[in-house]
Formats: sequence, C-alpha cells, structure tokens
Amino acid sequence: MTDTTSGIKMTAGTRLYLYASLSLVACLVLVPLMTTALGGFKSLGDLRVNPFGLPHQWVWSNYTDILFGERYWRQMGNSLLIAVISVFLTVVVSAMAAFTFAHVKFFGSAQLMNYFLIGLMFPVATAILPLFIRIRDLGLLDSYWGVILPQVAFGLGMSILLFRNYFRNLPDELFQAAFVDGCGYIRFFWYVSLPLSRPIVATVSIVTFVNSWNSYILPLIMLNTETKYPWPLGIMVYRGEFGTEWQLVLAFITLTILPTVIVFFLAQKHIIAGLTAGAVKS
Amino acid sequence: MTDMTAATYARPAPAKSAVKYKSPTARGRLPVLILFLPPALLLFTLFVILPMGEAAWYSLYRWNGYGTPTEFIGIKNFTVLFNNAAFSQALINNGLIILISLLLQIPLAIWLAMMLAHKIAGVVAFRLIFFLPYVLADVAAGLIWRFVYDGDYGLFAAVAGFFGVATPYVLADRSLAIYAVLAVIVWKYFGFHMMLYIAGLQAVDRSVLEAAEIDGATGWQKFRYVTLPLLASTVRLSVFFAIIGSLQLFDLVMPLTGGGPSNSTQTMVTFLYTYGVTRMQVGLGSAVGVVLFVICVTLAFGYKRIFMRHD
Repeated sequence: MTDTTSGIKMTAGTRLYLYASLSLVACLVLVPLMTTALGGFKSLGDLRVNPFGLPHQWVWSNYTDILFGERYWRQMGNSLLIAVISVFLTVVVSAMAAFTFAHVKFFGSAQLMNYFLIGLMFPVATAILPLFIRIRDLGLLDSYWGVILPQVAFGLGMSILLFRNYFRNLPDELFQAAFVDGCGYIRFFWYVSLPLSRPIVATVSIVTFVNSWNSYILPLIMLNTETKYPWPLGIMVYRGEFGTEWQLVLAFITLTILPTVIVFFLAQKHIIAGLTAGAVKS
Repeated sequence: MTDMTAATYARPAPAKSAVKYKSPTARGRLPVLILFLPPALLLFTLFVILPMGEAAWYSLYRWNGYGTPTEFIGIKNFTVLFNNAAFSQALINNGLIILISLLLQIPLAIWLAMMLAHKIAGVVAFRLIFFLPYVLADVAAGLIWRFVYDGDYGLFAAVAGFFGVATPYVLADRSLAIYAVLAVIVWKYFGFHMMLYIAGLQAVDRSVLEAAEIDGATGWQKFRYVTLPLLASTVRLSVFFAIIGSLQLFDLVMPLTGGGPSNSTQTMVTFLYTYGVTRMQVGLGSAVGVVLFVICVTLAFGYKRIFMRHD
C-alpha cells in the first residue's frame, strides 16, 4: 500500500478532507440507485412530488405484482440459461485449444494462436449484420443458440490467451512425471491441467458470465419472441409498455439488478479480481 | 513449449530423462490436436473471422439481406457514410467520449485511488461502492439515469423545483443530451479505472516516496514527480480501455436516448443499429462495421506500438 502521508501522523484536517470527498462521490453513486429502489415503493403521485425521500406510504404491490408474475422469472431464467451455457462452452472449448498451444508442439502453432488473438481487436458490433445473416441462414434465428454461439466465439480470443498463459506456468516436473508414468495428453489435460487451473477457470467464468448476463446487442438482433428475451431486452420492453408509470419501471429495474448487487457483495473479491485481471491480461 | 524443453536441458538432469519425456510427446500428438483444436477453430472462424470478411464484402453492395448481394456499387456506401450528418455526429460524439475520459474520468479515478491508499477506516466499503456501477448492466444504468433525468418525475425535476427554476428536459434537448450521456458514462466506468490505479499504486515503492519526503517534497510534488511517473504504464492502459470502450458504446445510449433527439447522441454503433440493422441496409451497415474495424485495429496496433512498447 502506498501511504502518501507515510511517517507523519495524519492531521484531523486531512482526515476530514478525505472523508468529505469520498462521501460526496459515494453519494453521487448511491443516490440514483437508492431513489430507484425507493421509487419502486411509491405511488406515481408520491414519486412526482417527492422523488428523493422515503415513500409517504409504502406501496408493496409494485414489487409483489412483479414477483408473483411470470414475466420477471422467465426473463431471469432466460438470462441464466444463456449465461450458464455460454460459460460452460467457453471454458471447455478455450481450455482445450489453449492446452494444445501451451503443451503440444505442432507446425503453425504460433500463427494459429495469433489467428485467435485477432478476436481481441474488435467488438461484436463491427460484424453484427453479417453475423445476423449467418445465424439466419443456419436457421438459428430466434433461438438461444443464435445468441450463445457468437457470444462464445467472440470470447474465445481472451479466454484462450488467459488459459494458455496459465497452463504454461504450471511446473515442468508435472509433465515429465506424468509422461514417464505413461500418461497421454488428454488424460493429463483432464487429471492434471484442469484441476490445477481452478483460479483461471474462475476468472474466465466470471468474465464470460457477466458479459453474457449484461449482453444487450446480440439478443436484441437475434431474438424476436418476447418469451425468449433475456432481462436486458425484457426490461426495455417493460419500460416501453408502462411508459411513464415510473414506479413500476423502477421496481422492475430494482428487482432485475438485485441479483447482481447481492452476488457482487458476496463474492466481491473474486469479481473485482476477475473483471480487472480479465481486462488487463488481455 | 520451446521454453519448456530449454528448461529441461538447462537443468543438470541426466539426458536420459529428457529422452524419455520427449518420446510420448510425439506419439500422442495427433489425437489431441484433432480432438482439442477444431471446436475453437470452427466457432471462431464461423462467427468471428468470416462475418468480418463478409462485412468488408457486403460493404461494396447495396443489399437488403435477401438472396445474394448483386448490386455492386463500389465505395458508394462509404461516401454516403462520410457525407451523412448523423454519422459525422457519431464520430464527433465518440471523440467527445474519449476526451471526457481523458479530462475527467481518469483524473477522477486517480484522485480516488490516491485517497483510498490512505489507511483510514471504511476504505473497503468505499472501494466497493465505487466499483458497483461498473458491475451493473449498461441497460439498467441507462434506465436508472433516464429516470434521474426525467423532467416530470426524476431527480432533476425535484432539484429544479427546489431552486424554483423551470424543469429542464435534458434528454430531449439537442444541445444538452450528449452531456447528460457523458455524465452517465463517467458515473458507470470511473470505478473500473479506479481499480486499475489502486492495483498500480500498490506496486509503487514506498521508499521512493519517503526519500522524496526527506528531500522536502510537498504532497503535490510527490504526486507529480514520483507517483504519477511510476503510474505511467497504468495510465496508458486505462486510456486504452477508455478508447476501446468509447468505440463500442451502445447499450448505455439506447435506453437513455436511442441516439436522439435528432441524432445528437449517436455513436458509431447506435448509428449502425439505427441505419443498418433496423432498416436492413446491409451494405451501409457493413460499411460502418468496416470503418469501426479499421479504427479498432489501427488503434490496437498503433497505440500499443507507440505508447505501450515498454510495458
């Protein structure tokens, strides 16, 4: 830790300045979020005259109607399904490919690795129209696969890079011992490499999951049946339907971001490390 | 692989073990390659490389997406694009986003990271709060701020009412809307940059700072001449992310303004969506994709070569 006032005891003035500035920024972050959550408990009239404070009367039905309805759960379920399949496919496919780059010597290995690294350089949006046409021609339009496959493909560059770097750093002695004992590549991958790679599996999974959970542009273009919508699409539809009935929209937003916030606070260490490391290492 | 064998030979181990270790390598190579490589290769080629190539091809045609593209029009899509006022606005806006990141977001992130480096109570809580917006989906953040900016119900309405001025409809105002969007971008992403700087600051050697202190450096001098130069590689990384992020910005703009009012908040990707996807102008949309691709690749190579070669 760098302590800029190292050695000297912090004066009361510095302390005050620090807390005042930090609290101000924290307020700027939290006020929109708090008003959103509280706004969901208000009636529309209450919201209009009093957007900041506590509700005059707590209207629980805004929340309970959504929670007892089918729509909210269906959207969250869709998002979860898409994210879980994407994570599974990304981990399996990229770990296997990365393993060959890290441990199997073959002609064109370096070139092939660079080929995958091209994927790091541009976002999905650049190729979204040809992607749409390809998915349509494959008959996958309006199916989860139409979202999952491009999503996994665009995540491969980074995941392969992360896995390869990790595999490379596993101690050599392991390979020698295993190969002397007559263990082949595939068994080695399954019984040695993967079990030892839990941290990087976690990183890749977190990055992939968060990306998929929050993804908007791919489902927007690939799906057109409302029952298949993941939540970012569903919330936009909901907002379109209920227009200016902000109290309902706010309750809906609160409920959809609630799982993210809870998981974030429970697993903050891993999530922060995963999201920043994932970005930095690539 | 090369460093692995090099390491094997470098060790004073008997040559025998190296031979034994090498023989199964050659034997089992084929099955693992046939089994492990094709899934990744197939997915990546089919859904990343081919579409990108097709974008370059389609961008030379006028095509509505049905049948095969036959109406070859050369570079007309590109000339149309660069003469389009909305696209110029999108380019300007993408530039503005980068500018605001450099001038506001990154200094804010450094300032906060420096403050959180002090040993005071509650540091962890502040760090979590500041990172929270980054974890939320862009769409959710966009909708939340749409409420904040709402002239009838939102926080802006309340603040304006408190001061007794007319309620501004920020998102409906041609000249204000883009600044409203920029504010949300800073709100959403400063925490991510702050985390980069916190990690960077942890690597700064304290003894250098102590030496500066003994030499009588003031707080600002210590920051300007010791900490900041030592953070240079983090700054370059953070600027790189800010630029890349600006180029793909879409999810946040859609719930806020959808690119409006009258195209004043378009970004390159919202332009692609509005003009290419919803109107099924595959040629024009692909041309935007190609422009975006060229900018991204140039940046990725150029920026890394010029600014990050020592990192």
